[in-house]
Amino acid sequence: MPEPTAAAVRPAPTGVIHDIGYQRYQGPRLGRRQVFGALYLHGLRTAFGFGRSAKAKIFPWLVVGIVSLVAVALAAVRSQIGEPVATYAQFADAMSWLVIFFVAVVAPELVSRDLRSGVLPLYFSRPLPRADYALAKLLALVTALWLLLGGPQLLMFLGAAFTTKQGMRGVWNELLDLLPGLLYAGLWAVVFASVGLLVASLTGKRAFAAGGVVAVFLMTTPIVGVLSILPSRAANELAGLASPSTLVQGVGIWSLGDLLVEGDPGEMMIGGFGPVYALAAVLLVAGATALLLARYRKVAS
Amino acid sequence: MTLIATQSLTKTYGGRVTALADLTVAVEPGIIGLVGANGAGKSTLIKILLGLIAPTSGQVSVLGIDPTADPAAVRARVGYMPEHDCLPPDLSAAELVTHLGRMSGLPRTAARERASEALRHVGLYEERYRPVGGYSTGMKQRVKLAQALVHDPDLLLLDEPTNGLDPAGRDAMLALVHRIGTEFGISVLVCSHLLGEVERICDTLIAIDGGKLLRADHISAMTSATDVLAVEVSEGTEELAARLAELKLPVARDGRLLLVPLADDRTYDLILGAVAELDLPLHRLDQRRHRVAELFATRELSHA
Repeated sequence: MPEPTAAAVRPAPTGVIHDIGYQRYQGPRLGRRQVFGALYLHGLRTAFGFGRSAKAKIFPWLVVGIVSLVAVALAAVRSQIGEPVATYAQFADAMSWLVIFFVAVVAPELVSRDLRSGVLPLYFSRPLPRADYALAKLLALVTALWLLLGGPQLLMFLGAAFTTKQGMRGVWNELLDLLPGLLYAGLWAVVFASVGLLVASLTGKRAFAAGGVVAVFLMTTPIVGVLSILPSRAANELAGLASPSTLVQGVGIWSLGDLLVEGDPGEMMIGGFGPVYALAAVLLVAGATALLLARYRKVAS
Repeated sequence: MTLIATQSLTKTYGGRVTALADLTVAVEPGIIGLVGANGAGKSTLIKILLGLIAPTSGQVSVLGIDPTADPAAVRARVGYMPEHDCLPPDLSAAELVTHLGRMSGLPRTAARERASEALRHVGLYEERYRPVGGYSTGMKQRVKLAQALVHDPDLLLLDEPTNGLDPAGRDAMLALVHRIGTEFGISVLVCSHLLGEVERICDTLIAIDGGKLLRADHISAMTSATDVLAVEVSEGTEELAARLAELKLPVARDGRLLLVPLADDRTYDLILGAVAELDLPLHRLDQRRHRVAELFATRELSHA
């Protein structure tokens, strides 16, 4: 027997799931610094393939693996023979080819992908200024490169610190060797990131971008070769300015001296032009960054 | 409060191409349709509203803020859905919308929550964890809408949201836009080159052509105009048009049809009389549902 009156007077059930519909957001909205930080961290994760497909992790981690393996091998050999095989700075120099390879893989991943997919209008229609986008990506690549070189240097340091026979004093000396090495790695990172990212930001095609990065870094070495056999001492000593790799090495020879070349003159002579190399490096980084910012003032507007 | 106001807004590219010419409009919150042919200046107007490009001259204000002076403040409160493909194919919708939420200043957890809410509101559920590259056009359009909605804007700027969709997809997208405008309490500016689409959902209509304002008004004010009679004769269309013009009837041509505004029943008699007088074979004479398109059609003809 249905009792419609009873159903009508029964209080509304309390356990019902309501469609609450659209909710306005009342929470905090972060400022420019935090958004910059979020984009920077996102870039850094992208550089190593985190949050990306397995395919995107192969190349970065291949390079990281090789560089770490070399560092571990150096540390192991050193602990056996008791003599450093290579200084921290020399290690960074020796890894330059892998750094170039890493930049050629990661820089297009950071900027060319966004150009290609047309996602930039979605960034630039948000409060984030265009310059912040470019600088966050640049800073992410600098950090990635520095970690790529600095991480293995730290491995070498740990290896040396744990096998040293001079106690705390040995560890302290080793640390004093490590710090210039880390700074030198930072120089590599800044120069290669600014130039590499600028080249990659010119095209949305990742293969072209990677090719362009390799071309800029490697095609300039023959120029150095030609200049360094010219019958002019000044031309020979300034030859290193023609290529980013030799430019960085020149600054290293000038500032680190025997930490990089160990007494013997090495294959590269910079004579008294050390400050010129340092100035050229600063100008190169500043110029590449300015061009990168100019590029992002125009793109996708 | 005025949602969007422009004063003599002009944009020329390189001094030669005029995208917007002396555009003055003021619209109230609600759903606003922005219609015009391709190249009429719709996208240019949207980019100026976002502060992405600066107008050559004139003033503009969005939500009471001048986007040329403080673009960040405008963009913080506006969501933008571009016309073109803008989704990285290898990210999932959830990752992309979360990331863009963070770019709008949402904290990490809030961004994740609001991203899944926004995707749910546009009708993407389990698919949101799959890479966008495998989505249909309809799903991609929904993701584009979700990313515009993730930071809870006060105004959405949608550039051709129905582009590339089939009729069912168009209806679904329009229904969604209508829901956002009415239930969510977010004002929407919908851009389209199809007047028939936007007039179904919007309160206010702005029509531009060649960068000039054709008309901006409430949709009710536009459709309340008198109805139209369509006359078709097998031959002698020109003569009939001339004859009707003599009778002081404002005639407009639409292909083989003559359109005559219906004032009262006498209009029927006048037309039939004219047809009989000229002894023309009358094909049809019917009353049409008045659509906004005809308002613009007659205007364009009158200055052609």
